[in-house]
Amino acid sequence: MSVAEAATSSPALLAVEGVTKRFAGVTALSDVSLEVRPGEILGLLGENGAGKSTLLKILSGVMPPSSGRIVFDGVEFNPHNPQDAKRLGIVTIYQELSLIPTLTVAENIFIGRAPLGPLGLVSWRKMEEDSRGIIARVGLDLDPATPVSALSVAEQQLVEIARALSLKSRLIIMDEPTSALTETEVQKLMSIMGRLRKDGVAIMFVTHRLEEASAICDRMTVLRDGRLAGHLDRDGGPIKLPKIIEKMVGRAASELYARPTLRDVAGDVRLSVRGLRTVRDPQAPHAIVLEGVDLDLKAGEILGVAGLVGSGRTELARAIFGADRIAAGTITLDGKPIAPETPADAIALGIGLVPEDRKHQAIFAALGILTNFSIAALGRYSNAAGFMAERREREALASYRKTLSIRMASPEQPIEGLSGGNQQKVILARWLARDPKVLIVDEPTRGVDVGAKAEVHQILVQLAARGIAIMMISSELPEVLAVSDRIVTMRRGRITGEMPGIEATEEKLMELMALDQTQEATQ
Amino acid sequence: MTSTTERTQRGGINVARLLMSFGPLMFLALLIVVFTVLKPSFIDPINIFNIMRQISITGLIALGMTFVILTAGIDLSVGSLLAFCGMVAAVVAKGGTANTLSLSTSGTQGFGWFAALLAAVVVGALAGGVQGFAITRLKVPPFVVTLGGLTVFRGLTLTISNGGPISGFDASMRWFGTGLIGPVPVPAIIFAAAAILCHIVLRYTRYGRAVYAVGGNAEAARLSGLRVDRILISVYVIVGFFAGLAAFVLSARLNSSEAVAGIGYELTVISAVVIGGTSLFGGIGSVGGTVVGAALIGVLQNGLQFNNVSSYTQSIVIGLILILAVAFDRWLKSRVRR
Repeated sequence: MSVAEAATSSPALLAVEGVTKRFAGVTALSDVSLEVRPGEILGLLGENGAGKSTLLKILSGVMPPSSGRIVFDGVEFNPHNPQDAKRLGIVTIYQELSLIPTLTVAENIFIGRAPLGPLGLVSWRKMEEDSRGIIARVGLDLDPATPVSALSVAEQQLVEIARALSLKSRLIIMDEPTSALTETEVQKLMSIMGRLRKDGVAIMFVTHRLEEASAICDRMTVLRDGRLAGHLDRDGGPIKLPKIIEKMVGRAASELYARPTLRDVAGDVRLSVRGLRTVRDPQAPHAIVLEGVDLDLKAGEILGVAGLVGSGRTELARAIFGADRIAAGTITLDGKPIAPETPADAIALGIGLVPEDRKHQAIFAALGILTNFSIAALGRYSNAAGFMAERREREALASYRKTLSIRMASPEQPIEGLSGGNQQKVILARWLARDPKVLIVDEPTRGVDVGAKAEVHQILVQLAARGIAIMMISSELPEVLAVSDRIVTMRRGRITGEMPGIEATEEKLMELMALDQTQEATQ
Repeated sequence: MTSTTERTQRGGINVARLLMSFGPLMFLALLIVVFTVLKPSFIDPINIFNIMRQISITGLIALGMTFVILTAGIDLSVGSLLAFCGMVAAVVAKGGTANTLSLSTSGTQGFGWFAALLAAVVVGALAGGVQGFAITRLKVPPFVVTLGGLTVFRGLTLTISNGGPISGFDASMRWFGTGLIGPVPVPAIIFAAAAILCHIVLRYTRYGRAVYAVGGNAEAARLSGLRVDRILISVYVIVGFFAGLAAFVLSARLNSSEAVAGIGYELTVISAVVIGGTSLFGGIGSVGGTVVGAALIGVLQNGLQFNNVSSYTQSIVIGLILILAVAFDRWLKSRVRR
């Protein structure tokens, strides 16, 4: 209590004043202001696309604001690059950690500034001794000579925080630090954040996880659609979830998309999943595993799967698609049990997947649009001898180009030259060329601009009307609400709720997505 | 990221793009002009056919290497594999390891040229398949597997031949190395035919598309239903096949299979592919480029020799050209992207 009071009375360490960021034609951030004081934890919240990452990039020196002012410690703050920002005392710890895995903990902490001995050589002993003290500050008790690759994600995060502290950082920005952590690791991180707060360090905690934010933040700043939605203060107790949700959702966001009209979708069950579990991959011990998922997907319906990052929604898609190994459970397609072991198996059965990470998992960046389009249906556009039937292939692409209104120069144009929305349409065309029975789309409008988002939604609705069973995974609730006939929510590898799209609201979904363990147990 | 606005205007007909597709070819033309000016007899058909014969051996392997590099792989074992396949061909052709240069024994106890050819290409393809298996199933990087292969195949060759050559083949086999069809050397015809075949496979078939896709983005290829491992194994089979074919032609030309044949060929072959514009990162490249790359190296070697430049200096020049060609390619691409 006294800490919080001290914090509110002290002057701001960081003041963001009316910051705006425009990209070619799009305003990502509009007139945003906030303050962080020494010895406080400020939560920065907002849905995907609310502008959090843009703000982070500005604060960490990746890019300058288009207008507005940032004052850090009483001085105007204009970092030219991330090193600059760090030197000035703001360290950002991203989800993708920036430690060098092959080096030891000590080497990472002292990278670029190793302590030297009398001969000008690195003094390894001093480095390890100092490292021990530095990591003790974040409650880590391990040998500084351990290579970072041997640490868990949580431990790596703590090493990064320790390094930031040793650099005399006064503001630590943490971008979704808990998304890859287990429950106990989260608790530990929280207690360390609390300890740093006592030491007078300012922390900006960027997260999706409302209950975690509520538990630890002294104040919150909520962004929505690139604007400031409001500030929330701890008032005697933790900031309540409904208050946060109300700010995050607002009204404007829901009006962006049309509500679904009730469609006549009573098709038969196409895809049925029962008790689906995945194995813990020893290579990625902290990845999400499915803990028994039951799901039915009907012909001609769009099933929205809502869940936060780390809820297991992508893992569910990959398991059905044969991209990840299944430990237990059954999948049936049109009543017949199937067990796809590779994506090729799933595709042959009539399942398609538009993956979440377009750049790394879907497009062949340097190859032409034609090749990108037909790659999953090579058999359909070639003859028995294995020669491509290029004319048929080109005609098919031309027809999708028209129906999906893909804006492109020529079939030979490398796909990387297209906008995100047009790339995504080519990927959709790739699957349509196969006439799939089931199409799974994971974050279909990520990296797609607002206008093209609505087009992608329209396409999905039309495909469902053709009888394709569509499972749409998204972390953007307005999107889920806009196109889903039925919605399920996921959290920590489980389905936590289900409702018809008509009855769903962002508040209801958000609650189901954010249910914590104890509530789940009592359900 | 901000520059990913669509380039819907003008389908990309600009000078840089044109240069990019024809850059190596223009460089080749330039070299030919320069050498002709220096010594007009350079352009004589005899010399040109000579160059064609010279490039056909490494050119054949470079065709196979194009498949491998298109998948972002590499095969360092091709020189050793060539020697090994050559030795196998010799043993089959002669029915033993006896080193008899006397031409009178032509084909008396051996199995004839066809069996020798078959043995060379089958052994080459199998060796490639084994390496491909190690790369895909044992998850050892191609660089390491084929570096191992480089030593293993050389060792196998020396074991079979006891370190020496096996010489003296019958005339029907020698024809594949020294014969002419009209004025054109047979090896050049074999190379040309193989190049056309490879071009067709890569450009017009389902398989060709898959090779580009695997090299362009292996994960996306897998999620698009391609059997990535099979395709990767297949490209090592192909390069092995061509190493075997090249070995047969080389043995036929020299009338001898040497245990030390093909040393350093991997570098010439990879240079030809890379100079021809195929990206070491996979997904980009063509057979046409490789043919031009092979010709470029051949013309350079021959032209320098023609002008009495020592072989020491030759390797300096070729090395520099390799670096320049790739730097030029990079520079062009950076201009096109903008």
